[in-house]
Amino acid sequence: MSAHAAPSTLTRRRLLQGTAALALAHALPSVAAPEMPDIPLLAELLAGRTPRWERLRLDLPALADNGQTVPLKLTMSGPFSPGPTVQAIHLFSEKNPVPDMAVFEFPVPIEKIEIDSRVRLAGSQKVVAVAVMSDGALYAAAADVVVTIAACLDGS
Amino acid sequence: MADSRISVPPETRRGEPFEVRILIRHPMETGYRTDESGQHVARNVIRRFTCRYNGAPVFAARMSSGIAANPYLRFFVTAHDSGTLDFEWVDDGGARGQARAEVKVA
Repeated sequence: MSAHAAPSTLTRRRLLQGTAALALAHALPSVAAPEMPDIPLLAELLAGRTPRWERLRLDLPALADNGQTVPLKLTMSGPFSPGPTVQAIHLFSEKNPVPDMAVFEFPVPIEKIEIDSRVRLAGSQKVVAVAVMSDGALYAAAADVVVTIAACLDGS
Repeated sequence: MADSRISVPPETRRGEPFEVRILIRHPMETGYRTDESGQHVARNVIRRFTCRYNGAPVFAARMSSGIAANPYLRFFVTAHDSGTLDFEWVDDGGARGQARAEVKVA
């Protein structure tokens, strides 16, 4: 049996190594780039471009008790000058009736990008932030939030 | 409407970013609610918020009903000269709010 296996280049070990590498190659990009939720206004902003999932950071609690007011933090690591500066950061919601939640604009270049606010979330969902740079480059960040009590839509 | 609370450091350093915090009293009415008598409550949210530093815009926000009632914002502005920060916002009803803070650059 060993005499039969020896001349073959495809050993069991080689096969397993190859399969593992292939699995890893497939797994890695999905870790680096989360799936973009299907939001028409977000697609409009991206216009077919793929943002880089780096530098921008979106912090939301993983679990929010009350969707009426959920603390949100946006940070982006510099340095920005010399080089492209941040022009605007767009905030999108996957489930809210108004998907374009907010746009933060920076009319003058700023070295420190850190924004805090509080948002309403109509249920558990993904929130996406996209930073538009002065050279047109896009950076994105996403956060998944589980909302126990959604921001009420019906007044009940 | 003109109710707001602002926090700016008492002294800033030239060329360095400083923290600005503002809390505006506003219902940010979504337009999806009805009142006690079953009447539809019209949408009324702050649409636009701007911050000017000695007259020049340094930060702005376009908002929607996705921003919680009594909007809170914390952001940074780079200090260059002593002067004023002027905040202005306008809601769906066309009501305008204004506030001012002093900036001291050491």
